[in-house]
Amino acid sequence: MTEVIYDATYEGWLTAVFEIYEYKYADIVFAKKETSGTLLFANTHLAVTDVAKAKRVLDGLKKRLSAEGISNLYNAFLSEEPQIEETMLQFARYVLANSKNVEEDFSNDAIRNLRKAARLTGKESHRMEAFVRFKLTKDKLYYAIIEPDCDVLPLIENHFKKRYADQYWLIYDVKRKYGIYYDLEKVSVVELQFNPESLSTKHLTEICDENEEFFQNLWRHYFKSVNIESRKNMKLHIQHMPKRYWKHLIEKIPNANN
Amino acid sequence: MVNERVMEKLGILADAAKYDVSCSSALSKRENKNKGLGNAKGYGICHAYTEDGRCVSLLKILLTNHCIFDCAYCVSRKSNDIKRAAFTVQEVVDLTIGFYRRNYIEGLFLSSGIFDNADYTMERLVRIAKKLRLEHNFNGYIHLKAIPGASDELLKEAGLYADRLSVNVEMPTEQSLKLLAPDKNHVDVINPMKYLKNEIIGYKEEKKLNYKAPLFAPAGQSTQMVIGATQESDLEILGMADYFYQQMNMKRVYYSGYVPISYDNRLPAIGTPVPMIRENRLYQADWLVRYYGFNVNEIVGFNQPNLDLDIDPKLGWALRNLNQFPVDINTADLELIKRIPGIGYLSATKIVASRKFKKLMPDDLQKMGIAYSRAKYFLAFATPFQLQKDLTSVQIKDHILNSQKSKYKNDFSNQLALF
Repeated sequence: MTEVIYDATYEGWLTAVFEIYEYKYADIVFAKKETSGTLLFANTHLAVTDVAKAKRVLDGLKKRLSAEGISNLYNAFLSEEPQIEETMLQFARYVLANSKNVEEDFSNDAIRNLRKAARLTGKESHRMEAFVRFKLTKDKLYYAIIEPDCDVLPLIENHFKKRYADQYWLIYDVKRKYGIYYDLEKVSVVELQFNPESLSTKHLTEICDENEEFFQNLWRHYFKSVNIESRKNMKLHIQHMPKRYWKHLIEKIPNANN
Repeated sequence: MVNERVMEKLGILADAAKYDVSCSSALSKRENKNKGLGNAKGYGICHAYTEDGRCVSLLKILLTNHCIFDCAYCVSRKSNDIKRAAFTVQEVVDLTIGFYRRNYIEGLFLSSGIFDNADYTMERLVRIAKKLRLEHNFNGYIHLKAIPGASDELLKEAGLYADRLSVNVEMPTEQSLKLLAPDKNHVDVINPMKYLKNEIIGYKEEKKLNYKAPLFAPAGQSTQMVIGATQESDLEILGMADYFYQQMNMKRVYYSGYVPISYDNRLPAIGTPVPMIRENRLYQADWLVRYYGFNVNEIVGFNQPNLDLDIDPKLGWALRNLNQFPVDINTADLELIKRIPGIGYLSATKIVASRKFKKLMPDDLQKMGIAYSRAKYFLAFATPFQLQKDLTSVQIKDHILNSQKSKYKNDFSNQLALF
């Protein structure tokens, strides 16, 4: 059993795959740099991210996969599921072992597991395109806080850039402590220190645009008014809007003032 | 905006609009150009779901619930003693932009009661769409109601600003319409549909020749029928829907289970459950026709004019046509695989893709996520088919109903359990 330590980036993982082939390691456990500390395994290998090695692995995969197959691999990585690196390695091994494209071999476990993970990310990034709720500040910034299970910001950036081309916006992932910010020209990655107190209602009314609270209340009122009581179906409601997202959904947070 | 008044109006006019089920925001082709606001290209997004489990994609409101008509099935009917309200053009524009910029919605679905006359009402709806497009450079989704009786010029203008237009037929037959809405007739509804159909086709042709040609209702037109308020059979309802798909190029026909809102004795009494299972079965049948290659006549017919409530229409068809089974999924055409109960559209394409790599066995199918407990009665594999081949359709139905946990199991005659 060999523990392969990498820097938790996608290029890092691709480099690790290169070196696993280079050293012909068989049983692999992946560890991210910061989480690995104690030597649980006799053999450890530190893969230092190397763009050239990463590119060679990616090129090999690109030769055998469709564009969708390649993006599935990346999406699976972003899912941050437990043991996702191992799942991805099994997938890569199966793909590289064949000369033709095997991505639609759905009876194969490696293919199916990878697709499942990719779907998680895909599904959640679609959800985040829906569940982002911007709030407008006094200085005309639309900002939103999200807390997704998967690292979806790289996937939703383009959607928001196209849609809100004429307003400043920031979407911040509190779980991963980084955000994407649009300045009417380009989107950039920002890291900021978020003080939990800055989320308190008192603080928010201080920084928010004067109409912000009114719009939030309008939205809550609208949300309640379109419900048909005689068709109530909470199971379906929760299936579509799982409770873990409610914290950042205006319509699911009762208004503090009434 | 004068805050309290707008808040109150929003409550009244959203409540009155909610019985229109369409909330689709997909299928348009409007792109954000010149750094404007919004984008309606491609797939729809449901931004929220109400407690009844329905999607909230658009700001769905009436411009006003004042109405000169007295249609028995409608909350806004003239004789109904309810609060009336009307938005100004500017209020609707401000609400739409304010909601859209906060990512609450994909766009606007604007309908209206008829005040004064059809043209007067339609002109207001068009003015709002025009203002959003031209003054606010808004590229989000706009669905406008085409008011029956409005002039062709106004409908044409509406098509130039809206992504989708819809005229609701409301009642599946002329007879029911006459009973519940004596002021209306089917011709008034069919005429604008025909006009829109021809315009949509015309503009599409033009666009092919000249990419700069304007968009005209790029997401097409749709309509809605109220289900269960009157005595129509599913045969009549699906037949009407088929007519709309075939003759009017409708993108969607919506079925709205009647929610009792009136003491009128022509209608089901207040407290009668909403026919949600029937509505669900109609949608399943609608999907079979649009995506699974079924003909309406295969699903309902004169000898069985209504869909089964306890089983889905595809299973119903399979049980009536056992001679078509078992199907060998390793060799059969995609079209035939799609017809196997328990195998959906995506699973069918997956089966066809993955059988190129190896012969598929039952456990492969189970892993791929098909409803095997239902499908197994209809499948043949390369190895001798182990399962009871000689079951009658009644026996298969019993097996399936006993083995699966249907969400409708407790009560499959009228309504979902209340939570």
